[in-house]
Amino acid sequence: MPSAEVLSWLRTRFMPHIWCPGCGHGVIMHALIRSLVGLNKDKTKTVVASGIGCSSRMAGYINACTLHSTHGRSLAFATGIKMHKPELTVVDVMGDGDCSAIGGNHFIHACRRNIDITAIIMNNNIYGMTGGQASPTTPVGAWASTTPYGAVDPSFDLCKLAEGAGASYVARTTIANPKQAETFIMNGIKKKGFSVIEIITHCHTQFGRKNDRRLPMDNYNYFKEVSVPLTKAKTMTSEELVGKLVCGEFVDKNVPEYTDQYGKVIERARKKG
Amino acid sequence: MSKKFNVGVNSAWCKGCALCIGVCPRSVLEMSGRMKSTPAREGDCIGCRQCENICPDLAVTIKEVEENV
Repeated sequence: MPSAEVLSWLRTRFMPHIWCPGCGHGVIMHALIRSLVGLNKDKTKTVVASGIGCSSRMAGYINACTLHSTHGRSLAFATGIKMHKPELTVVDVMGDGDCSAIGGNHFIHACRRNIDITAIIMNNNIYGMTGGQASPTTPVGAWASTTPYGAVDPSFDLCKLAEGAGASYVARTTIANPKQAETFIMNGIKKKGFSVIEIITHCHTQFGRKNDRRLPMDNYNYFKEVSVPLTKAKTMTSEELVGKLVCGEFVDKNVPEYTDQYGKVIERARKKG
Repeated sequence: MSKKFNVGVNSAWCKGCALCIGVCPRSVLEMSGRMKSTPAREGDCIGCRQCENICPDLAVTIKEVEENV
């Protein structure tokens, strides 16, 4: 729907964007804008924060209050924004390296605090911008420029990590299902608490060409093939789930939110004085 | 009377990734000689908007044609 509303959320003077032809980041940006339009958000009260990487260029293209911060520290900046003005809608867009490697500590502690930020993780299994080095989410056996014999170390399951760290909303989908991505982002933004939406995307330029998925369409078909809905995954054995991507809403719970709790502390302290 | 749709491709933004061509169930879109997606069979469009949602460059727009009654 690049309707008038969607286009009004874009800084059209920077279009066409810098991403490679067929890059999944564009699909995610479109889904994010559609969900912001669907929720009738105000551009002056919506903050999009990002770190460093291909994914983080997104903040430059969205016409809202945006912040392009340092590598992995976007959640720290977003936390500061939310603490200062809790009425703002804060969306944090991160890549997989940004979230799980360089910003790993910021990520788990934002989950633990349960601060009302929506974190969108664009997982393309690789450090795409810097030349295709293996990241913590590169699957075992996959080829990357720093794993010429295939990746040896097991990869992160970001949804389980977020769930264990205490996030109040955790979901995963792929770019092959943009409508589901839109729904999950909407649910995440509506949720009072820390929401993590992991969207599996592709880097056919750096990752796909080494792993038999050279074209954007190859990646789309691959995601269609390996993604399994959560309800179906519950009926499958762990052997059957090897190499599959389980998509769905893993956690949706109501737990006390950080800025609310902090506001109460401020009130208590003022009464004492 | 079935609905009719207008398929618009912003060729200044289109990078020719062919995702829209791949997802279309009715093969409405085609690659032009200049490596841009073009609506070759607009009349076949059923308005599922899969191409619009998958387009990473936000270049595809589907509009329903309003008929005069």
